[in-house]
Amino acid sequence: MIKLTNIEKVYRTSSIETLALNTINLHVAAGEFLSIMGPSGCGKSTLMNLMGLLDTPSNGTVEIAGRVVTQYRDKELAQLRNQQIGFIFQSFHLINDLSVLDNVEIPLLYRKGDPAGASRRVLAKEALEKVGLSNRMSHFPGQLSGGQKQRVAIARAIVGNPAIVLADEPTGNLDSVMGNEIMNILQQLNTDGSTIVMVTHDEAMARKTHRLVRLFDGSMVGDSVLRNERVVE
Amino acid sequence: MITNYIKIAWKVLMRHPVYTFITLFGISLTLTVLMVLTSFLDHLLGPHYPETKRDRSLYIMQMALRDPAKQGQSSGPMSFRFLTDNVKSLKTPERATICTFVNSSNAYVGSQKIKLNTKFTDADFWRVMDFTFIDGKPYTEQNIANGDYVVVINDDLRNQYFGRGDESVVGKPIEIENIRYRVIGVVKGSPFTRPFSYADVYFPYTTPKSNYQESGIRGNYISIILAKKRADIPAVQAEFQQRMDQIPLPITYYGAKYTTLELNAETYTNNFLRPVLARNTGLRTILFGIIAFVLFMLLGLPTINLVNVNVSRIMERASEIGIRKAFGASVKTLVWQFIIENIFITFIGGVIALVLTGFVIHFINQSGWIAYADLTINLSVFLISLLVCLLFGFLSGVVPALRMSKLSIADALKA
Repeated sequence: MIKLTNIEKVYRTSSIETLALNTINLHVAAGEFLSIMGPSGCGKSTLMNLMGLLDTPSNGTVEIAGRVVTQYRDKELAQLRNQQIGFIFQSFHLINDLSVLDNVEIPLLYRKGDPAGASRRVLAKEALEKVGLSNRMSHFPGQLSGGQKQRVAIARAIVGNPAIVLADEPTGNLDSVMGNEIMNILQQLNTDGSTIVMVTHDEAMARKTHRLVRLFDGSMVGDSVLRNERVVE
Repeated sequence: MITNYIKIAWKVLMRHPVYTFITLFGISLTLTVLMVLTSFLDHLLGPHYPETKRDRSLYIMQMALRDPAKQGQSSGPMSFRFLTDNVKSLKTPERATICTFVNSSNAYVGSQKIKLNTKFTDADFWRVMDFTFIDGKPYTEQNIANGDYVVVINDDLRNQYFGRGDESVVGKPIEIENIRYRVIGVVKGSPFTRPFSYADVYFPYTTPKSNYQESGIRGNYISIILAKKRADIPAVQAEFQQRMDQIPLPITYYGAKYTTLELNAETYTNNFLRPVLARNTGLRTILFGIIAFVLFMLLGLPTINLVNVNVSRIMERASEIGIRKAFGASVKTLVWQFIIENIFITFIGGVIALVLTGFVIHFINQSGWIAYADLTINLSVFLISLLVCLLFGFLSGVVPALRMSKLSIADALKA
């Protein structure tokens, strides 16, 4: 589902050149639940950004759902992100000026053949029901707890039914109870067929996934299968 | 999608009331000035009372006689006879009127002097113009042929000379420059900004001091030709030009010989612009320079100001931009979002400006600065204002939107 080949990412300023990722080769199969761990600054988020087509590599190729995206332009990348990928961020990244329902609708606004307003509402409500937040649809993010915000973010990530969900420290800002709730939802999504890649600092959370990749100083230093339950391509 | 954009735009407006006030104040003030200016231009150039047929009228105002060899020139209005021979006899128009421009005169009520603007006209003047007669009727060809000492006056002069009241003044005498005339009609006045129709007193051209019998080519008269329909204007112009080409040259006037004659039948606006634009001097450059400068001051500076405010506002929303991009918004889609938001905000400013313009126009009309001023927000003024709103919103939204589009998603999400 996601294939990274010889990926390098270099950040350059006028005087400094920083190698953020060094020769990463990683294949995430469809239906897999993979976690990425490593110390701060090791390149986890950079790797996540490359997988999510939010950034481009300095070298190497990124393949999403069988499509090599090296030559893709902004519009094509945007469409691929919209159709194939859902994002969950540590700090939720909800738009505070929009209601919960409007936030969840966002990916559908940019879908090719843009579903009509009423259909968007139905899909957004269904996504909120999946995460147990159907009673908070007209609330605004500022009126929700951290756990509720993250559930809204999950609903937004899955509303367009993407094949891949990328979660960047989804439980990082939550207490352990809330964190476990979110993890349960992610596991359920994976059971329902989504491929999930999760960056985490929490060993216990990582242990709940199928596979754990470890990064150190921009390089992949470990790749272990934790539970052999993944759906193989 | 647009509802979503507008919701966001509204929330952004509500988020920083001071910013919003500055933005809307700038937009509405600029648009108010533009709308009042547009309304004033419409008042000057549009077909309004009593010149409602201006769109199918041609104006012959100034003749130029030239002698390139001696660099001699004589220019000004024409004689009554010249216009009778060369304009009244045209075949293509519906009709033509011959009248003077505006002259001045005096009348007295007791010892109080009333300064008058006067005009000598033929009977067709009342058919080419569309005056409302409050009292009486216009003079006719018969009055003119008889040499009757009759006049049409405007309501302002009626009030000053005869006093306010419902009593008819038709048939009453009025003494102007020691000559006694009989009032035959009273019209609702025309503003001085419409010099072809404006006057306090209208005399038949056969009354004293009209100089209609001058024999030369030049004199005190101008002409307005009324085409049957707007589409006939080129044909009327062509026939008139053909007539001019037939005039034998050179022309002798006050002892000087002129080898060229320039006289055109022009539409209302061109009639004033042509003398400036036709000359091969720096005047044209200066005119366009002034127009460009005024437009820049009115539209450019507030746009630049709004661009700056919008840039800081948009950068404040970097996180939102990152989110939208991450979930599939292309740069083009986002640029449109910000332009639509900006146009929405500009339209709010436009609505405020429309109300302000209404007040300003009402104030100008009531102030008496321009007698008989009838500035309005009519359809053309409204449509031009709408267009300006769109342009203003578009211009001030494009630059911030393009700037925003350069943000990388990863950086935007970190903001």
